[in-house]
Amino acid sequence: MERTTLDLWVGIFVAAGMAAILVLALKVGNFSLNGSSTYPVYAYFDNIGGLKPRAPIKSAGVVVGRVAAIAFDQKQYKARVTLNIDKQYQFSKDSTASILTSGLLGEQYIGIDTGADDQMLKAGDTITLTQSAIVLEKLIGQFIFNKAGSGNHQ
Amino acid sequence: MLDLLRKLGHTAIDAIWRLGYAGRFFFLTLIGSGSSFRRFHLIIREIYYTGVRSLIIIVVSGLFVGMVLALQGYETLQRYGSSSALGVLVALALVRELGPVVSALLFASRAGSAITAEIGLMKATEQLSAMEMMAVDPIARVVAPRFWSGVISLPLLTAIFNAMGIFGGYLIGVVLIGVDEGSFWSQMQAGVDFREDIMNGVIKSFVFGIAVTLIAVFEGYDSPPTAEGVSGATTRTVVTSSLIILILDFVLTSFMFRGV
Amino acid sequence: MPPENFLEIRDLNFAYDKRPILRGINMSIQKGQVIAIMGGSGCGKTTLLKLIGGQIRPTQGHVIFDGKIIHELGRNDLYKTRRKMGMLFQFGALFTDLSVYDNVAFQMREHTDLPESLIRDLVLMKLDAVGLRGARDLMPNELSGGMARRVALARTIALDPMLIMYDEPFTGLDPISLGVIGNLIRKLNDALGASSIVVTHDVQESLQIVDYVYFVSEGVIVAHGTPDEIRSSKTPFVHQFIHGEIDGPVPFHYPSPPYFEDLQLESPHA
Repeated sequence: MERTTLDLWVGIFVAAGMAAILVLALKVGNFSLNGSSTYPVYAYFDNIGGLKPRAPIKSAGVVVGRVAAIAFDQKQYKARVTLNIDKQYQFSKDSTASILTSGLLGEQYIGIDTGADDQMLKAGDTITLTQSAIVLEKLIGQFIFNKAGSGNHQ
Repeated sequence: MLDLLRKLGHTAIDAIWRLGYAGRFFFLTLIGSGSSFRRFHLIIREIYYTGVRSLIIIVVSGLFVGMVLALQGYETLQRYGSSSALGVLVALALVRELGPVVSALLFASRAGSAITAEIGLMKATEQLSAMEMMAVDPIARVVAPRFWSGVISLPLLTAIFNAMGIFGGYLIGVVLIGVDEGSFWSQMQAGVDFREDIMNGVIKSFVFGIAVTLIAVFEGYDSPPTAEGVSGATTRTVVTSSLIILILDFVLTSFMFRGV
Repeated sequence: MPPENFLEIRDLNFAYDKRPILRGINMSIQKGQVIAIMGGSGCGKTTLLKLIGGQIRPTQGHVIFDGKIIHELGRNDLYKTRRKMGMLFQFGALFTDLSVYDNVAFQMREHTDLPESLIRDLVLMKLDAVGLRGARDLMPNELSGGMARRVALARTIALDPMLIMYDEPFTGLDPISLGVIGNLIRKLNDALGASSIVVTHDVQESLQIVDYVYFVSEGVIVAHGTPDEIRSSKTPFVHQFIHGEIDGPVPFHYPSPPYFEDLQLESPHA
């Protein structure tokens, strides 16, 4: 078989393809957060607003995990959100999870503020202190209501 | 009227017949694949013709598609004052949709048509019959290596297309227009997920690779052994693969990116 | 014991979409024989070769090759049997993406585990037999028609088949190449101790090299005999065929209504 030049070209081609996938993975994608190195934690919210699966979980602005799943709990009539948190980050048992919005029209994410408890959250635990999403329509409604109320007083 | 109906029914039955034949052909190709994997140099040879020979068109198209995306994206994004999101726009558009689809379309017209023409001509010049008479199964010897070379090549070509496109977007966005380089890359990295976006794109291109090469080898193998037959089969390969790519893309997208 | 017929065809019928192509064909070939099957274009000669090779199944009757009924063989047995056959296609059917050398080596590489050095020796032997040892590095598109036919012949005999079939080996060749191929057919057959079937309509060339001739017309054997019997045959069809007469049992005119009627002239008798 004297097909060395052909083999060389195929080798270059395959290497280039692999390199392209590697570039995409490292330079373009966030390869660091993969499924195996996270632990799941649950949180119940009255209203999740526009939260979507895969939304980031941030603490002090740093991404520490992603939302894995969102379900409706039939008993409590609340939203049950599964949070996948990176194993390298630990939070106390009395942490607060709140649904926040990045910027006025940006995407929604979950912010975690840690508490003072010595015990840390383990896989499968539930965060009890939660703050629901702020729904803009409700906020505006409240604002108008308050305005109207204060106008009557004058 | 009745004649029209009869013609319509005939066409439909013919199409179903062909579909079944194609299914059986796919099955035979898979069975015949074992021997071609044992002699991998056959596949390597075909990768040269399908993959390496398509490299230039893929690299150049990828570069220009990325550049156009950056130009158009910048126009729109800067109206909302979020031109720093240019990176994520270019990357997501390429990795999720344009990369797999455009690469597959180019691949179908560059490599798919070549495969059909080659197999069709081999049939027309009785090379396939000769092979059969030499007790060599043409599906295992001719069809299967070409099929697998396409399935292997297209995902690699798509990855190269994506990388070139993002590089093109970088050239226009950062070097030419002057979007901040740091936010270009960091927003891209924050917005693109490896498994959800990049791997799904790779899976798409894998499925497209199977579809395009299967259509190409089947049309070649099934083509009437005449000059018009081969040219007709080549045209059909490009048309059918393009349609199938777009339909499959819709189906796969609705499965993969639902709820995001 | 009488000499065993090496290839036997008994009452063979084949129809394509209910259109009969071959009807009641009987033939037998002994070892070492070269026979010719002659007939006009489109009389089912090539179909007959395909039936012998097992590429299509007869609608009735059978082909016995080497003691086995071809169309009853399973796929693996059929492929095993085909290794004992060689077939030269009309225009050679060389693999256009392989060099002359690789074309001849094709079957050896596919079917044997011979070391490359031995394959090289065998390939050069086969190429030498057809006089093209020097052309081993050429690609098929660089060969003339006659050379391509000879390379294909070398490829056909690569594994020393017991039965060699030639589908129109003389078509489109100049007189010199034609003579060369005809000569090779006879020589190789005798050297290999094989049997050969030559499907052709080239009367003069084939009558010189074959032992026995079958004439096929419209799917039926109309005459058979040794070359000498054929030459002196009084059968109208054979006579017309051998001497290339324009009109005879095979009419010049395709079936049509009377000429005058067709031209819408008045009949001369009216």
